[in-house]
Amino acid sequence: MPMRKVMKGNEAAAWAAKLAKPKVIAAFPITPSTLVPEKISEFVANGELDAEFIKVESEHSAISACVGASAAGVRAFTATASQGLALMHEILFIAAGMRLPIVMAIGNRALSAPINIWNDWQDTISERDTGWIQFYAENNQEALDLILIAFKVAEDERVLLPAMTGFDAFILTHTVEPVEIPDQELVDEFLGEYKPKHAYLDPKRPITQGTLGFPAHYMEARYKVWEAMENARQVIKEVFEEFEKKFGRKYQMVEEYKTDDAEIVMITMGSLAGTLKEFVDKKREEGVKVGAAKITVYRPFPIEEIRALAKKAKVLAILEKDISFGSGGAVFADVARSLINEKEKPIVLDFIIGLGGRDVTFGQLEEALSIAEKAMKEGVEEEVYWIGLRKEIL
Amino acid sequence: MVPLEEVRGMEIPENIKKRLSIPFEENFYAGHTACQGCGAALGLRYVLKAYGKKAIFTIPACCSTIIAGPWPYSAFGAPLFHTAFETTGAVISGIEAALKAKGYKVKGKDGIMVVGWAGDGGTADIGLQALSGFLERGHDALYIMYDNEAYMNTGIQRSSSTPYGAWTTNTPGGKKHFLEKRHKKKVIDIVIAHKVPYAATASIAFPEDFIRKLKKAQEIPGPSFIQLFAPCPTGWRSPTDKSIELARLAVQTAYFPLFEYENGKYKINMPNPKKEPKPIEEFLKLQGRFKYMTKEDIEVLQEWVLREWEELKKKAEVFG
Amino acid sequence: MAESPFKADIERVEKELTEKMTPGAIAYIPGSSVINKTGSWRVFKPEFNKDKCIRCFLCYTYCPEPAIYLDEENYPVFDYDYCKGCGICANECPTKAITMVREVK
Ligand SMILES: Cc1ncc(C[n+]2csc(CCOP(=O)(O)OP(=O)(O)O)c2C)c(N)n1
Ligand code: SF4
Ligand code: SF4
Ligand code: SF4
Ligand SMILES: [Mg+2]
Repeated sequence: MPMRKVMKGNEAAAWAAKLAKPKVIAAFPITPSTLVPEKISEFVANGELDAEFIKVESEHSAISACVGASAAGVRAFTATASQGLALMHEILFIAAGMRLPIVMAIGNRALSAPINIWNDWQDTISERDTGWIQFYAENNQEALDLILIAFKVAEDERVLLPAMTGFDAFILTHTVEPVEIPDQELVDEFLGEYKPKHAYLDPKRPITQGTLGFPAHYMEARYKVWEAMENARQVIKEVFEEFEKKFGRKYQMVEEYKTDDAEIVMITMGSLAGTLKEFVDKKREEGVKVGAAKITVYRPFPIEEIRALAKKAKVLAILEKDISFGSGGAVFADVARSLINEKEKPIVLDFIIGLGGRDVTFGQLEEALSIAEKAMKEGVEEEVYWIGLRKEIL
Repeated sequence: MVPLEEVRGMEIPENIKKRLSIPFEENFYAGHTACQGCGAALGLRYVLKAYGKKAIFTIPACCSTIIAGPWPYSAFGAPLFHTAFETTGAVISGIEAALKAKGYKVKGKDGIMVVGWAGDGGTADIGLQALSGFLERGHDALYIMYDNEAYMNTGIQRSSSTPYGAWTTNTPGGKKHFLEKRHKKKVIDIVIAHKVPYAATASIAFPEDFIRKLKKAQEIPGPSFIQLFAPCPTGWRSPTDKSIELARLAVQTAYFPLFEYENGKYKINMPNPKKEPKPIEEFLKLQGRFKYMTKEDIEVLQEWVLREWEELKKKAEVFG
Repeated sequence: MAESPFKADIERVEKELTEKMTPGAIAYIPGSSVINKTGSWRVFKPEFNKDKCIRCFLCYTYCPEPAIYLDEENYPVFDYDYCKGCGICANECPTKAITMVREVK
């Protein structure tokens, strides 16, 4: 029987790691993720998890040690956030390029400067081009589930790419919610053992990994990563289905909410989706034809799903907690590229919201919605809208 | 592999016999792309002889990346993992942990040797933190710093292991600024400060000694560290045939003395502490990188060498 | 005369080596560098005078390629397929049994 426990998002992530039974964990403390490795150390210390825990001296070494471990053929896990993830940046490319299915839990947090420990998605969004699969969780249950799913997808032979699951700093990492902990037996069945065929370091098999790739070969190696990420679309769908059959919870690349007759669909990720759904309920009561959509898988980007969604609406309003300076929101760019060659497409609006832990209120959502309503009638006025800015102190 | 003991009917003189401690088997393959007379390549050949196929290697960005060959080639007969410049210490920690988690025997007789092979830049500079982490956590692995005293792979820039007075492309010397102004960083002392069970210096000119140390590093549990002096004719502007001679002179002048630090005890192997070392000039004069040094510069370096040598001798006396 | 220790490897590598890209661009064939005949780099060539050789193994020990192996009688054999002509062997030979001569191509 699955167990229900009230726990923080970080604990849910640690539980996911425990259930997945990684052989090597290497992690370094950083707010708001610190509790994940702490909790795992407890599991290891109590003998509840049989793994080598490497207390590294930095996140750069955390991911490097995971790379070494994964290359030696074992399941490896780490957790970090923000500056820690940014410090790992260089090695993220290496993990993906070498096709090492490491899984990482991220407590999505803003990046300095100024120093800010609160939530936005700048950390993971900034790593979108590294070749890692990216999941975003709406609540603590999703954090747990999407870490298990991440292992399964990452290790699939058609994929073999590392994966990260993000869940919002404090809003989820430090907030308690009831979480169902799946049965170990079922998880064992679901995940199986990690037994790589493509690469593992063993004296019995003297292979060389990570060589210099000349211009004559580099592009093909990168194409293979591209291909793997494309394969991941199908694999993720299969894994979502299998997960639902086994554990009863349904996941989708893009989860739609009251979109069928919606004129405006507000799209977001992570915990904001929860708030957004409540907001939609409220507006529906007022008779506004608005729906919501949550992007659960950001890499590979759900191009087809966004296209299908776009067919239903007149305006897509992207609400995102990240910014690419000099361009705009990253999710907006991905949505826009998904639609660029469609014959008929809705207006797409770019809303930057909730950076660095700024509370996203109904008032702000209201503001975004009214801009969307106006745009529907009168056209788009601005490239990028900053919502919830304190203009009085600017 | 033919056991050299038999040496196929030949009577072996005593002084040559010890050379036979070097395994015959080659696991470092010809066709690699090191420059002519490369000390690092010869070092790799020795390590791969010592451990045969029972080792897993990690190499960060450095000349050895190139030496080992581009895809789909490899000069290695043992598993090899190429990693980022500063990560050797962390990657070998991860590999060691994974092997242990898999239930493999690591280190010790018949155990798998997890070997990091990094340059002086990758060790003394950018990789120092990961090295420290590896040493401090006590992993059962060996870190070899092959010391060619500069960043050779990127075209001969100084590292903190570059000696005083050396020309490099970023210590070119000019009207206003001198050549390399700082003395060579004593990485081995930093390593010893971690109180590791085994640390040693070695030289490609003394392969028997090096291989003995490699075996020791295998037997002694915990992290081990070897700093291998590996001349680079390309970066040192030295004739390609002088690599061994230079490595030997570095020892004989006490510029790079060979010693071991084992469970708190120092032991000097070479040169003989009771004898006066050769003047440093003998080492310097064979290399183009030192040709801009003035007499005074040479004195400064000589003084430093002797001072460091005295310090080492004292340590060996007190903690011998 | 004994064979180069790499002879069998060359055959093995020639048979197995492919350019087919694999996930993670892994080089699956150990020692595949043997296909690269670095002897073409040589400017000076070591010439061996057997009469002077005392079979001390020094040249064999110090060759970085390695491009020297030993024959049945433990005399060094120079593998000109790989010898880059660095001259270390000649410099280290205690009896001057090796001399470097300019390569005639
Ligand atoms: C993070 C990072 N910075 C810089 C480089 C460029 N780089 C590659 S190798 C190298 C120098 C290597 O020097 P060393 O470790 O002494 O090895 P050597 O090439 O001398 O054998 C540098 C600067 C890199 N690969 N990665
Ligand atoms: S530059 Fe120096 S260290 Fe690098 S391959 Fe050439 S000789 Fe060896
Ligand atoms: S010249 Fe150099 S490469 Fe050629 S055999 Fe002698 S030591 Fe080896
Ligand atoms: S170094 Fe000279 S004497 Fe010794 S084996 Fe080689 S050729 Fe013979
Ligand atoms: Mg160097």
